[in-house]
Amino acid sequence: MKTQAIHAVPPEQLQKVTFDEAMEKRIAEIFERYPTKRAAMLPVLWLCQERYGWISPGVIAAVAERLEESPAFVEGVVSFYTMFHRQPPAKYVLQLCVTLSCELCGAKTLAHHIKERLGIGFGEKTPDGTFQLLGVECLGACGGAPVIQVNEDYYENMTPEKLDQLLSELAREQ
Amino acid sequence: MESVLLRARGVANSRDITTYLQAGGWEGFKKALSMPPEAVTQEVIDSELRGRGGAGFPTGRKWSFVPKDHPGPKYLICNADESEPGTFKDREIIEYDPQMVLEGIAIASYAIGAHTAYIYIRGEFFRWAKILEEAIAQARAHGFLGKDILNTGYDLDVWVHRGAGAYICGEETALIESLEGKRGFPRLKPPFPAVVGVFGKPTVVNNVETLACLPHIMTRGARWFASIGRPRNTGPKLFCVSGHVNRPGVYELPLGVTFREIIFEHAGGIRNGRKLKAFFPGGSSAPVLTADEVDVVADFDSCAAAGTMLGSGAVIVMDDTVDMVEVGRNLAHFYAHESCGQCTPCREGSDWCLDILNRLVQGYGHPSDPDQLLRICRFASQGMTICPLGDAFSLPISSLVSKFRNEFAAAIARAKPIPPKKLPVMPWVGKDVRFGG
Repeated sequence: MKTQAIHAVPPEQLQKVTFDEAMEKRIAEIFERYPTKRAAMLPVLWLCQERYGWISPGVIAAVAERLEESPAFVEGVVSFYTMFHRQPPAKYVLQLCVTLSCELCGAKTLAHHIKERLGIGFGEKTPDGTFQLLGVECLGACGGAPVIQVNEDYYENMTPEKLDQLLSELAREQ
Repeated sequence: MESVLLRARGVANSRDITTYLQAGGWEGFKKALSMPPEAVTQEVIDSELRGRGGAGFPTGRKWSFVPKDHPGPKYLICNADESEPGTFKDREIIEYDPQMVLEGIAIASYAIGAHTAYIYIRGEFFRWAKILEEAIAQARAHGFLGKDILNTGYDLDVWVHRGAGAYICGEETALIESLEGKRGFPRLKPPFPAVVGVFGKPTVVNNVETLACLPHIMTRGARWFASIGRPRNTGPKLFCVSGHVNRPGVYELPLGVTFREIIFEHAGGIRNGRKLKAFFPGGSSAPVLTADEVDVVADFDSCAAAGTMLGSGAVIVMDDTVDMVEVGRNLAHFYAHESCGQCTPCREGSDWCLDILNRLVQGYGHPSDPDQLLRICRFASQGMTICPLGDAFSLPISSLVSKFRNEFAAAIARAKPIPPKKLPVMPWVGKDVRFGG
């Protein structure tokens, strides 16, 4: 398994967003699945996050126009869901599960380990923009606790040693 | 018992439709198509299948609430928003047998007369959403989905819809709101989704595991299904065991085994030779059970009789090293984060509980804290909120306080004096004219 890095488009390039032909084609496909345009909200936002790495105010305005909603409405939806990045994320977002089964099996040790190794706590980024640590609620993989999700991929039964190996690999590959 | 829902686990290329067809896959849907939809519903009612998502509501009855003569479209939604702490069974079914889920979706859609079905899967499950997309493409290519399925004139489209990180969207009306492109705010019931659901149309929301039971009920019959387990608690059930056990994982067992069998026989007992202290029998929203209650039978009715819930069948096991006050803090953190914020008792109550529990864990407990926690929990539950999240945080926290009161008392006895804080406003010192004082 090779975790894909996130390449976030810098904020200055996302102030005004227009969807290109490829995006428009995919949005049109999404519209066909639902009886209302509004229902395409989450799929289109996901499409944008895939493309730009995060959801800037400019992206919100573009989505609102395409879905015939107000930017305020779209912003309300974006802010409700935790997985939409509202700031440019690091290349690798380490999402450490902190809910019960993971805590019972050592999530706190992993959090301390990341703090020692990378110098970042929850919500913080390394200065070079490679890693970002988030404490997240139950990832639904409690049988493999403690679990850490890096970008799209799950890493289960983590130990400080396995984490060291993973972080080294990711730092090399970026 | 033989493996039913997890029969594909360990089989080579188990996700491929040819493997599924060799194992007798899609025969249940073919059989359903040869029957009138009402007969399919009756078969599911007779099987006494109860919803596997947590509430345990009889599946066939849920379908029967859909108005028969409704002129417009109806919808089926497969709830794959698995996010109850401790639960990881739906992911296992999707990982090994996505075709079984699709066949269940097709059977349920046919029974209620839906021509569009959505699979709402939690946003974190990137990999499993892709698996489902591939499975849908294969099923379409084999003519089990799409237009005029197997020359019967029945049409069905299935779409994967990804959530974006909100526990509340596992609640069916919040899920419907989210699918419609809004914040996941639960709706007041009634009207129930079976009458007014997604896009204002009759909608049935069923869990992945519930749907995965349907192909087997159709091919082997309601009587076979009802012969597994106990009366009114029928069929195989996936139990997710996590925490301090030797072999955490998903175990398929008939409803009616005891938690002792689940924890000590199947999951290999407590790790590092420690002793069992307590466990959550059905996800973290179920009241906690102590080691003395390990002989409770794991089915819907027996758990209810023991004052708890089978929920999603997620058994979280804690050994004798665990600090139950910290367990309360951990769960309060989860619920305070996941409360949608719509109802005051839940939004404020969960956060207030977290404040108190944080203080207790940090060594600043106050003698009134346990009763204060119980009081907050009382006001946030028992129908004071639109959806059951108020109960979901109240039940485990109040059960922790009631059953492990000695640990709360010990934390308070260790407490340091609370550092004095400046009050944000001047306290009232004069005469209160409003009350005639």
